[in-house]
Amino acid sequence: MAIPMKYVIAIIRPERLDAVKRELQKVEVNRLTVTSVSGYGAQKGHLEVYRALEYEVNLLEKIKLDIAVNDEFLEPTIEAIQRGAKTNEKGEIGDGKIFVLPLEDVIRISTGEIGSEAI
Amino acid sequence: MAIVAADTAWVLISSALVLFMLPGLALFYGGMVRRKNVLSSMMHSFVAMGVIAIEWVIIGYSLAFGTGNWFIGGFEYVFLRGIDLYSTSGTIPTYTFIVFQGMFAIITPALISGAIVGRIKFKSYIAFVALWGLIVYAPVCHWVWGGGFLTGEALDFAGGTVVHITSGISALALLVFLGKRKGYGLDAIKPHNVTFTLLGVGLLWFGWFGFNAGSALAADEVAGLAFITTFIAPAAAGLSWMAAEWTHSGKPTALGFATGILAGLVAITPGAGFVTPMAALLIGLIAGIVCYWAVMLKGKLGYDDSLDVFGVHGAGGITGALLTGVFASVGATGLLLGNSHQLLLQIEGVVITIIYASLCTILIGFVIDRTMGLKVTESEENIGLDKTCHGETAYNI
Repeated sequence: MAIPMKYVIAIIRPERLDAVKRELQKVEVNRLTVTSVSGYGAQKGHLEVYRALEYEVNLLEKIKLDIAVNDEFLEPTIEAIQRGAKTNEKGEIGDGKIFVLPLEDVIRISTGEIGSEAI
Repeated sequence: MAIVAADTAWVLISSALVLFMLPGLALFYGGMVRRKNVLSSMMHSFVAMGVIAIEWVIIGYSLAFGTGNWFIGGFEYVFLRGIDLYSTSGTIPTYTFIVFQGMFAIITPALISGAIVGRIKFKSYIAFVALWGLIVYAPVCHWVWGGGFLTGEALDFAGGTVVHITSGISALALLVFLGKRKGYGLDAIKPHNVTFTLLGVGLLWFGWFGFNAGSALAADEVAGLAFITTFIAPAAAGLSWMAAEWTHSGKPTALGFATGILAGLVAITPGAGFVTPMAALLIGLIAGIVCYWAVMLKGKLGYDDSLDVFGVHGAGGITGALLTGVFASVGATGLLLGNSHQLLLQIEGVVITIIYASLCTILIGFVIDRTMGLKVTESEENIGLDKTCHGETAYNI
């Protein structure tokens, strides 16, 4: 019976990336893929003016984290991301979201290990 | 007249400085377009260095500086016939004079390209600048500098009328055929790299010292005056634009400050060697504010002079030409010294140039539109001209 695994996707503010990385390292989650993305949710955009032309910019820059974890690491990972990604104690609109998906399988390309061993 | 070594050296260096404004202009414009059109936009400046340089030595110089009549020079210097190593123009070799003037002929049509980025066919652009160089630039250059009917009448030290009013008004006229970019007013058509634009303005200012101070055609006190006025006016215009923008729309943008510097460079060009440094300060302050509002007017009226060629070169050129008639005090007298006639001559030069350049540009545009077509297809515009016109992409990572 394979050990269950989860795939965690988090959307965070770009300026919180370093803090989130520090928090993840504290809970020994040392595997991470980072992508620059843009999108929008509840957070409103802002106005940019280029000479006479005004643009409402509502596609905001965000960072997407992809993390595969064994189930036992799921809660610490989520808490670490939350600690790192919050703008302040209370948290602000635009701090982001965390999505958790079931993970079917993992294969390490170099050795061919599969499942939780390969994470 | 005998050659003066210092004069020759200064005009040689100035010629190279003016050529350096072309990559400056390419960066200035290239930064303001979207990434899919950056090479196309920069090529508009670069290809002029090829097309107009050759055209200038074949016939352009002769039409501008040949003896001719009140309207245009003649054909006596076609293919530089009759000019040799020992020919002189004032105190410099004629070859040097030809090159210096050729740089102005190159940059002027390239300035127009900012209005029509992202939608003009490349071959039609080449045809346009070649025809415009002969039909608009050469005659106006002849009127003002080559012995035509404005020579010695309207003051234009380094090309406020010949370069900036002609290009600014022609940019507006070409929009009759090219209209707006697709999605203008709906999509976010933002500059893709404002850092290019700032660097471009820096290079333009650097080159402009050759443009203005070189126009003294001597290494003398007038060159020194044109140099210091070119130092002061852009600084003042950058600050006054920034002040206008800061109070009007809330933020002092980098793009705005850079554009203000350019407005000051344009506005001091016609008076650079005719006004005092403190007059240059006033001209710069006024130009920054006038051009800011000229650019705002575009937003209100909704025409797509994409990179504000009219708002900066047209409005700045007209402001500078008129203020030269007010402040002239070195080698000429303006309104403030009681010579209201000079201001009338300035107005005459401005009005005639506006009418002539706009009508000719519409004519050239009409002919090219009917024969080769001016505008790319909608699908080519969507994909971007770098790929569809040049088969390249600027950024490949």
